[in-house]
Amino acid sequence: MNEILFYSLAALTLGCGLLVVANPFSRNPVTSAMFLVMTILSLAGLFVLLGAFFLAAVQVIVYAGAVIVLFLFVIMLMGSHELPRRAFHWLLAAAACLVTGALAALLLRLLSALKTQPPAVGAPVEGGTALLGRLLFTDYLLPFEVVSVVLLVAMVGVIVLSRKEAA
Amino acid sequence: MLMRRSVLLIYMSLELMLNAANLAWVAFSHFNRNLDGQVMVFFIVTVAAAEVAVGLALMVALFRQRQSTQAEDFATLKL
Repeated sequence: MNEILFYSLAALTLGCGLLVVANPFSRNPVTSAMFLVMTILSLAGLFVLLGAFFLAAVQVIVYAGAVIVLFLFVIMLMGSHELPRRAFHWLLAAAACLVTGALAALLLRLLSALKTQPPAVGAPVEGGTALLGRLLFTDYLLPFEVVSVVLLVAMVGVIVLSRKEAA
Repeated sequence: MLMRRSVLLIYMSLELMLNAANLAWVAFSHFNRNLDGQVMVFFIVTVAAAEVAVGLALMVALFRQRQSTQAEDFATLKL
């Protein structure tokens, strides 16, 4: 059951992720944003399979709820015209294949060189969400506060950037 | 060499890459039986949200000046 779910969610993630960057049917940025939503939702499903329930909720709320809405806002603001079709570049495609192949070969070699077996799948960490919260407010208290400052700075920066300039 | 590319699509691809890294963190955290990876994903999501807000504000400011979303039109600094 879990394996069927995993493989279908993984296929959904990969397929929708591919359609975000290279959609042969539509060049509209809104379509890309919608496929990004699908990718994020299936990633949230994968998180649930890995026992990260809190992160799955965060993924849905923050990414599908806030980031995508922001994207759609900006797309609507700029007018969602069709993007021009690009010519296929053999050189670029060959370079991309080379880099991806090298990375995949490296990863495969690393995996085959790995001696230790991963522990048995299943049984997520006990009390995942509560433990995560405790960890966040003890071991990771300083990064947590710094990240809140980062959010504040981002908010102020966005207000300054998007203000209508007099000049 | 640079072809017409939408800045918005570049941003969406950036989000995809961050999500791939998040998935790796969560998977390693699951198989190693500790929660440090999940904490890291929490921070990545927060920083990504802040980064998207700033980036989209920059994009809107650029659009006001150039009336375009194509990366090619913002290449004035290029030699």
